[in-house]
Amino acid sequence: MTIRRLGRGVAVVGAGMSRFGAFPGKATRDLFVEAFQEMRASVDKGIDPRDIEAIYIGNYSSDLFEGQGHTAPIMADWVGLAPRPATRVEDACASSGVALRQGLIAVASGLYDVVLVGGIEKMTDLPTERVTDTLATAGDVLYEIPAGFTFPGFYAAMATAYMARCGATPESFMRVGLKNHDNGALNDKAQFGSTIRQVMDKKIATAKAKGRPVPAWADEMSFLHDDGANPVIAWPMRLFDCSPISDGAAAVLLVSEELARSFTDAPLYVVGSGQASDVALHNRAELTSLRAARLAAQQAYEMAGVSPADIKVAEVHDCFTIAEVIATEDLGFFAPGEGWKAAEAGQTARTGPRPINTSGGLKSKGHPVGASGAGQVIEIWKQLRGTAGPRQMPGNVDLGLTHNVGGTGQTCVVHIFERR
Amino acid sequence: MGEREFDATSFYQFLSEHKLMGSHCRSCGARHVPPRPLCPACYSQEMQWEELGGKGKLVAFTTIYIAPTAMIEAGYGRDNPYCTGIVQLDEGPAISAQILGVDPGRPEQVRIGTPLRVTFVERAEGEKRRTYLAFEP
Repeated sequence: MTIRRLGRGVAVVGAGMSRFGAFPGKATRDLFVEAFQEMRASVDKGIDPRDIEAIYIGNYSSDLFEGQGHTAPIMADWVGLAPRPATRVEDACASSGVALRQGLIAVASGLYDVVLVGGIEKMTDLPTERVTDTLATAGDVLYEIPAGFTFPGFYAAMATAYMARCGATPESFMRVGLKNHDNGALNDKAQFGSTIRQVMDKKIATAKAKGRPVPAWADEMSFLHDDGANPVIAWPMRLFDCSPISDGAAAVLLVSEELARSFTDAPLYVVGSGQASDVALHNRAELTSLRAARLAAQQAYEMAGVSPADIKVAEVHDCFTIAEVIATEDLGFFAPGEGWKAAEAGQTARTGPRPINTSGGLKSKGHPVGASGAGQVIEIWKQLRGTAGPRQMPGNVDLGLTHNVGGTGQTCVVHIFERR
Repeated sequence: MGEREFDATSFYQFLSEHKLMGSHCRSCGARHVPPRPLCPACYSQEMQWEELGGKGKLVAFTTIYIAPTAMIEAGYGRDNPYCTGIVQLDEGPAISAQILGVDPGRPEQVRIGTPLRVTFVERAEGEKRRTYLAFEP
């Protein structure tokens, strides 16, 4: 495969996000303003917004979630960027990962020097069944959805194939959720900023206060096995295996390498980028790995000239716990079929040898689908610059990776960031 | 039956006649289920209809408790989960379908690799009546 290279270097010099969660009464534009303002404040030497030349917005489906189409110009207007070109990118849950790549390509081409990349989604206005329907449109509505598939269902089907092939059990996946809740408890932007233990304690306290029978869970795993507390959504995926329904926005400022140090002394250079597409899940040769993720990762590693072992911190697309296990294999961190063992052994914990999703991941931080890819960049921005607070990784954290998946892997996009 | 377009309308028309049909590329021999007008393997449009035998095996499945609107209308949901999955046909291609004849309440007893045969499910009445693809042991 030809090693693809950027026309010139590009750096991230600012990054910010809204809180992720459920925000009744707020529209995507309000959340985007929050993200934009935090991004502005993060630019060490300041940014005059009038210097931004173009804006790329990742947004899956404001059309169905909010009844609002044509969102990019609205976002541009609300942050004072009209009449600059504003482009919406839609690749399901990979929308803003791909928007980042489009912004990257635009700066690398030499057309622009300063580009704003954003991600937005407002999912919580709809009842659950309509959210389920809306997410399902990221599958094949002619041939997959009539079979009754939902998004948790697709990933659950991958999980049953994975369990049969690799020997994992539902408990293997629960370990991923436990770990991501541990990380998210240290993230003040997270939708579920609590550990599973804290969730249990809260439920126990509520039961006592209301005079109801107090649940007798021996430990976290017995809580996660409780059909009442952790109901099956699509077996073997239970509630705490699934990312939540979320609202949120994120914003990332990209500039040409030549300009980077006029904005900050600690820019993150985008040294690797890869993207690939794939066919419907049922048409694939294998169901326990995402080919598009492997290809995107290969492109990004080759462009960056680095190997999986060089990556210090990675934000991967854990829309469901099985997805994180598969991601850690597709990215080359673990051999095919071994990811679940690494997860069970604690290797992917924040304090383990291969930390994954120090932010809490989509599972705990939240998954406003069109904002998730850009949201991943905020964690890498913080970890590589030493500003991740209580969840900061120790040592020389100089190379980070984001892995963003659309649908069941029909779109995958991987980026690698370096602090020099 | 060569006049029918190689599209979803024809696929579901055939399904309503209780036939599982795909397109077979005359140029390179590739089989496509569901049917396609253009062969992605060789770019030929020399397609012919092929009826599949309807036998295959289960390669992935799930039992769904949080159902989409269409399945809720068909009576499924939290108290009545259903099994859906991916079936690899004996001819090679694989397709998504509801899996009947297994107990959705006992998913741990469903086995990957289980031999299945095609069946057809009719839902709704009048203009909304439609045939859905399903498989059962």
